[in-house]
Amino acid sequence: MLALPPASQPAPRRQLFVGTAVAGAAGLMLIGGMMATWLKFRADAPVRESMKRGFIKDWMPAKIVVPEVAANVMLLGLLVVCVMAQWAVYSAKRNDRTHTGLALGVTALMTLAIVNAQIFIWTQMGVGAKDGAFHSMFYAATGTMTVLLLSGLVYTAVAAFRYLGGRTKEVELVSAHALYWYFLTAAFCAVWFVIYVQK
Amino acid sequence: MTSIETHLPTDVSASTPAIPTWLTTADHKKVGRLFIGTSFVALLAGLVLAILVTFERINADSYQILSDNSVPQVLAAVRLLLTFGTVVPLLLGLSIAIVPLQLGARSNAFPRLAAAGFWTWLTGLGLALASIIGNGGPSGGNSDLVDLYLAGSIVLGLGVLMTATSIAVSVLTTRAPGMGILRAPLFTWSSLVGSLALILTMPVLIGTTVYVYIDHRYARAGFGGNTGVNQWIGWALSQPFSYLLAIPALGIVLDVVPTIGRTRLAQRSAAFGAVGVVAVAALATVTQTSITLPWDGAKFLDNAGTKIADLLPFLLLNVVPVLGLLGVLGLSLLTLKSTKPVISAPLTFVLIGLLGILLGAAAHIVGLVQDAGLSGSIYEAGVYVPITFGAITIAFGGICYWGPKLWGRSISDKAAIPLALLALLAIGLDSIPYYIAGFADQPTGLVNGFSYSGPQDLWNALTCAGFVVMLLASIAFVGLALKSFTSGAVAGNDPWDGTSLEWATSSPPPAENFAGVIVVNSATPLADIKSGSSNGKVA
Repeated sequence: MLALPPASQPAPRRQLFVGTAVAGAAGLMLIGGMMATWLKFRADAPVRESMKRGFIKDWMPAKIVVPEVAANVMLLGLLVVCVMAQWAVYSAKRNDRTHTGLALGVTALMTLAIVNAQIFIWTQMGVGAKDGAFHSMFYAATGTMTVLLLSGLVYTAVAAFRYLGGRTKEVELVSAHALYWYFLTAAFCAVWFVIYVQK
Repeated sequence: MTSIETHLPTDVSASTPAIPTWLTTADHKKVGRLFIGTSFVALLAGLVLAILVTFERINADSYQILSDNSVPQVLAAVRLLLTFGTVVPLLLGLSIAIVPLQLGARSNAFPRLAAAGFWTWLTGLGLALASIIGNGGPSGGNSDLVDLYLAGSIVLGLGVLMTATSIAVSVLTTRAPGMGILRAPLFTWSSLVGSLALILTMPVLIGTTVYVYIDHRYARAGFGGNTGVNQWIGWALSQPFSYLLAIPALGIVLDVVPTIGRTRLAQRSAAFGAVGVVAVAALATVTQTSITLPWDGAKFLDNAGTKIADLLPFLLLNVVPVLGLLGVLGLSLLTLKSTKPVISAPLTFVLIGLLGILLGAAAHIVGLVQDAGLSGSIYEAGVYVPITFGAITIAFGGICYWGPKLWGRSISDKAAIPLALLALLAIGLDSIPYYIAGFADQPTGLVNGFSYSGPQDLWNALTCAGFVVMLLASIAFVGLALKSFTSGAVAGNDPWDGTSLEWATSSPPPAENFAGVIVVNSATPLADIKSGSSNGKVA
C-alpha cells in the first residue's frame, strides 16, 4: 500500500447549501411536473359558456368558489417568510443570536399561518376529493405543496434548535434554510398562478 | 465553517453484532453493497417472471401458465424488477460505494440520507411487488392493492431520489483538493450526470403518481382507473428513461477501458461531453414526450418545411442521446487502438454491455418512425431489453473491476469471461427475434388471436431462450461473485495498476477510506504519485 501522510481537516465545501439547492431543484420539478399535468387536463377540457366570461374551459365546476383572498395571503405570507429567512442569515453572519432566533421564530409562525390559510381554503371550498377530476387534482397539488411547506417548517425548527442550542457558527445552515424558502416560494408562485388564478 | 457531522466513529462495527451493523450502517461501502446484493435478488426474480411470460408467448393456447388478466401485472412486475429493482440499485450501489473513493473523500455527503434512501427504496419496491402479487398493480383487480402499488411507487421514487441526492452532492462538494470536475474520473462524472438526471426526472414521476393515486383512491374520474396506471407512469419503465438510468454505466466503460488498456483515455474532455449529451434524454423524459417521425414514404419532399419542423425535435429528443452513446463507443475504441489490452472480464463485460445499449438505442430510433408501424408491437420490448441487459452487463463488469476494492478479493477472469459471452448471446436472442416479431405486428401482450404466417413460435421461443441464458449467466455470476468474495484470491490494493484515487487505499478500504487528504494535480493522481511527480501532500 502506498503510504499516505496523516489526515488534515477537509476544506469546507458548503455541503448543506449545495444539498439544499439540489433538494430545491427536485421540489421545483415536482411542482412543475404537477402543474404541467394540471394544465394538460385544463387544456383538454371541453368548452362551456359562462354568464360572466363568455366561452371558457369546462374544467373547474361552476359551483366551486375558490377563496382567492386566502390564496393571495398565502403568497404574500411566503414573500414575508423569505424576508424573515434572509433576516436570519443577516443576523447570523453578524453573530446576533437574538435577532437570528427572532427571525427563525417569525418564519415558523408565518409558515403555520400559511398552512392555516391552506386548510381554510380546503374547508371553505366544501368539496371532496372524490367529487371529480378537478377536485382530486386540486387536493393532490395543494396537498403536495402543503407537505413541502411543512418540510420547510421542519427545516426552520432544525435550524433554530441547532443555532439557538449554541452552534452559532453554523451560518451555512441558516443560509441553506433561507435558500429552501426561496425555492418553496418559487414553487408556490407556480401553484398560485396555475391553480388559484388560472384555475 | 460548517460543523455538520458526516462521519461515523471508526469503531462502530467493531463492537456491534454483524446484522445490526448492516441494518444501521451509514458507511457508503456497506450501503453500496446492500444495493448491489438486493439488486441481484431482484434480477433473478425478474428474469424468472420474464421466462414465464415469454414461454407462454411461444404458444399461448397450449402453454397456459398465466391468466389473461394477470399478464399486464406480470409484465409490469418484470419491468419493475429489471428497471427499479436491478438497473437503478446496481448502478446507484456502485456509485455510492466507489465514487467517494474516487474523490479521495472519507465518506459520501449525507451518508445517513443515502442509507435511508436504500431502506426507503427497498420498502417501496417491496410494497409495489406485494401489491402485484395480491392482484394489484397496473390493471389490477383489487383496488386497495392498486393504491398500494401507487403508494409503493412513490416511496420507491423517494428512496431513489434520496440516494441520488447523496451521490450528486458528494461529487459537487467532497472532491479532493485540486480535483476540478474535469479531473474527476469518468465514472464519478457519469454518476453526477446520472444522479442529476434522476433528481430532475424522479420528482415528475412522483408528482404524476400522486395525482394517479389520489384520483384512483377517491374519484376515478381523470386518470383511467386501474387500466390508466401504466398510461400515466409507465414511461418510467421504458425509453428514453432507460437511457438516463444507463448513464453511470457509460462511466464504468470509460474508466475500465483505459485502465485495462494501461493507457490514457483518448480525448478525455470529449468523453465528458459524450456522457453529458446522453442526459439530453431527460428532456424527453420530463416532458413525457415521444416525438415520432411522420415520414410518408417517398413523398418526403412534399411539405418539406413541416417535415423538417418535425425532424428537429425528433433529432433533439431521440437522436442526440444516441450520439452520446456512439461517442462513448468511439472514444473507447480509439483508446484501445493505441494499445494491446489484456482480455479481461471487466473489459469484456463493459464492451458487450455497451453494444447492447447501442443496439437498443438504434432500434429505438427506428421504432419511432411512424411509417414503420411498430407502435404497440412487441418491437418495443426488443428496444427495452438490450438497453437493460446492456446496463446490467456493464454493471457486472464494474463489479469485476471494483470488486477487489469492495471485498478485498478478485473474481477469476477465466470463469467470468464466458459469462460475458453468455450475456452477449442473451442480448442477441432478446432483441433480434423481437424486432422480427415486431415487424410482423405481434402485439405486446400474449399472442392469442394474433395472425401471422411466419414462424412466430420460433421468434418467441428464441426470446424465451434468451431470458433463460441471461438467467443462467446471472445465477452463475452471482455464485461466482459470492465464491470469489468469500474465498477467492486476495487482491492487492491496486490490482489493475489504476490511475485514480480508489486504488490508492487498501482493499477493502478502512472505515474512513484514506489515511490522509491527497492533493490532486492531474486527472491521473495515482499515476502521478507512482511516478513521483506528486507526493500526495496533505492539503
